[in-house]
Amino acid sequence: MTDALSQLAQPASDDDGRAYPHRHLLGIEGLTRPDIDLLLDRSERFVAQNRQLDKKVSSLRGRTVINLFFENSTRTRTSFELAGKRLGGDVINMSVGTSSIKKGESLIDTAMTLNAMHPDALVVRHSESGAVHLLAEKVNCSVINAGDGSHEHPTQALLDALTIRRRKGRLEGLEVAICGDVAHSRVARSNIHLLSIMGARVRLVAPPTLLPSGIERMGVEVHHDMERGIAGCDIVMMLRLQTERMKGSFVPSVREYFRYFGLDVDKLQAAKPDALIMHPGPMNRGVEIDSLVADDIDRSLIREQVEMGVAVRMAILDILVSNQTEPWAKNQ
Amino acid sequence: MRATLYKNARLLDPASGLDARGALLVRDGKIAEVGPQVFVDAIQADVEVVDCNGRCLAPGLVDMRVQVREPGDEHMETLASAQKAAAAGGVTTFATLPNTNPIIDDVSLLEFVERRAMEVGIANVHPYAAATKGLRGEEMTEFGMLAESGAVAFTDGEKAIADALVMRRALSYASIFKRTIVQHPEDPALAREGSANEGETATRLGLAGIPAVAEVMMVERDLRLVELTGGRYHAAHLSTGAAVDAIRQAKKRGLPVTCDTAPPYFALNEGAVVDYRTFARLSPPLRSEQDRLAVIAGLADGTIDAIASDHAPHDQDSKRVPFAQAEPGGVGLETLLAVSLDLVHTEAMELIDLLHRLTVAPARILGLPYGTLAVGGDADMVIFDLNRAGKVDPDRFASKSRNTPFDGRPIEGRVWRTVYRGTTVYDVDTEPPLPSRRRAFVDA
Repeated sequence: MTDALSQLAQPASDDDGRAYPHRHLLGIEGLTRPDIDLLLDRSERFVAQNRQLDKKVSSLRGRTVINLFFENSTRTRTSFELAGKRLGGDVINMSVGTSSIKKGESLIDTAMTLNAMHPDALVVRHSESGAVHLLAEKVNCSVINAGDGSHEHPTQALLDALTIRRRKGRLEGLEVAICGDVAHSRVARSNIHLLSIMGARVRLVAPPTLLPSGIERMGVEVHHDMERGIAGCDIVMMLRLQTERMKGSFVPSVREYFRYFGLDVDKLQAAKPDALIMHPGPMNRGVEIDSLVADDIDRSLIREQVEMGVAVRMAILDILVSNQTEPWAKNQ
Repeated sequence: MRATLYKNARLLDPASGLDARGALLVRDGKIAEVGPQVFVDAIQADVEVVDCNGRCLAPGLVDMRVQVREPGDEHMETLASAQKAAAAGGVTTFATLPNTNPIIDDVSLLEFVERRAMEVGIANVHPYAAATKGLRGEEMTEFGMLAESGAVAFTDGEKAIADALVMRRALSYASIFKRTIVQHPEDPALAREGSANEGETATRLGLAGIPAVAEVMMVERDLRLVELTGGRYHAAHLSTGAAVDAIRQAKKRGLPVTCDTAPPYFALNEGAVVDYRTFARLSPPLRSEQDRLAVIAGLADGTIDAIASDHAPHDQDSKRVPFAQAEPGGVGLETLLAVSLDLVHTEAMELIDLLHRLTVAPARILGLPYGTLAVGGDADMVIFDLNRAGKVDPDRFASKSRNTPFDGRPIEGRVWRTVYRGTTVYDVDTEPPLPSRRRAFVDA
């Protein structure tokens, strides 16, 4: 296998000579500010394109993208599928779920099988942290992490950043509160990395049972009181609380959780008057977020996040695949 | 049987404190003479002379914590391959954990292990028996009959004896047979779902953590039960400073407790798991740097009595999976001495003290008459180069498994010969006496 950098004989053009120097997108940790700027700038172009009647270009013509989802997902998978198709690529969806685990096939076997079909990019979601790294070591194509366990979900952080940047004009210097189940959240980790790299200040608001040990050493401010935690912030980012964690294991009940950590109109008053609300979806209305807040068209960015998701995924597919100058088979 | 004279050696016998240049005479598989001056009858022509060229000659290592996969998973490690790995690592005595398939919780199974081990016969193999039936942590096994059949001690292997009442009774009952209860000290509830040391590293990787307190809590509880019952207790593979300290205090109070640690816990820290290296997924997990240093301090001041390899062979399929799904554990027989010698090279310990923890100390914990160079005892010895540099090469392991957390690690010190009951069972320089034996280290 040749080195990732050697694939960059002809870096993607029209970005003022900037190049994305990685073969995969496995996480935000390890990216630099220029990497992220490049991805966001490229995404902007696709936002405009996606609003046109004709949404299709041909930069992925002849290329194959496989969506390999070991965990159920509708939104992210659809978003990647649309992204690949709008770039003119051939997109295959594989929902492995439980079926091939039942057949006894290992993650690596599945990866090797798909690899033999010469895809150009694999988009992978898995319930185990590190599974996407493991897979990326075994295949020849680019790998995009669509969420691995509680580790990272880099495209979500990128689409969140794009959404914020478009509304606020910048990321640097913003106060962002991430609220909810940080312990089990890959979205939180990717956002903490990205926002810190881009110069925003991150606060976490959650009960201690939903905060992972040592998180304060990732450069964030930790709060257990929601109003204090979101006081004066520009962005309130809510996280989903999984149903199985609501019933006594991490928090005693839904109503108690909503009372102290659910975002409603009252608590939101602590934030800046122009504070914006985000949620990676799918929402549990009445658990972590009140419908009045979620549906507030002036403040809620939730639908915009979904729109940005497609653009961001087009950008990363476009950049990774256009970085590939030789057929992978030659490098084996 | 002809006699063999090992001359020109640095003799190291931790049991007696001997550390001097001299020679050792083996006759009929026993140590006949040892010391700075050994006189060999000139008329006795039938003496083979081995010039050790100043190398260290110590008692064969005694490894009190080895997992073998026979019966059940012979493709990972058999009693034969484990003995070959032991010989390559300078280990002449080892104790096997009961967590095979089936579990060694019955006299007939124990005798199977003993019989299979004897068929190879290049190391003393002493099986532990399960402390509870099926390692379920509920009902005691037949301690008396198992002890009579050779069970060296009782343990639930990689599982903690979690129920306090079961532990209390096990400690009480085992004492009438003068057997020790060996505990895997980890609170199972706190460790549940966890796969790495709780803290920043695990959090960054998105892995559920096992907190350091899971270890000390179990040790402290057990120490109370030791106080209550007077039973003999051994805490295995300590990984945290807090647990080492708990044992230190217990020893000051005069409790009959001992403990060991394994090379990963003084040679590595949690940083080894970044990149999701499943070979560094161990049980207990690799801990923080402060814990690593506290383990070294515990070894240096004698709180930690013994070093065991914690040998845990696994096949590729058990390790080439996402981190949390990987089986915990690493092979260690062949790297035990070399990695432990780091403690001498970094001047954390004197060589004689280190060898004490690798030989006579574990032998005494298990009540075995090994680990010394005493005249009249079995000639079980390891002769090693203290300063020979190299690196760990798993492809050359005699073990059937390759899952070492020390893959590629530079090491200083190498086994030159291993002698078991007077017979050379490993020789780095000549064609090995057993097929498929390879060297565990390559020259740097």
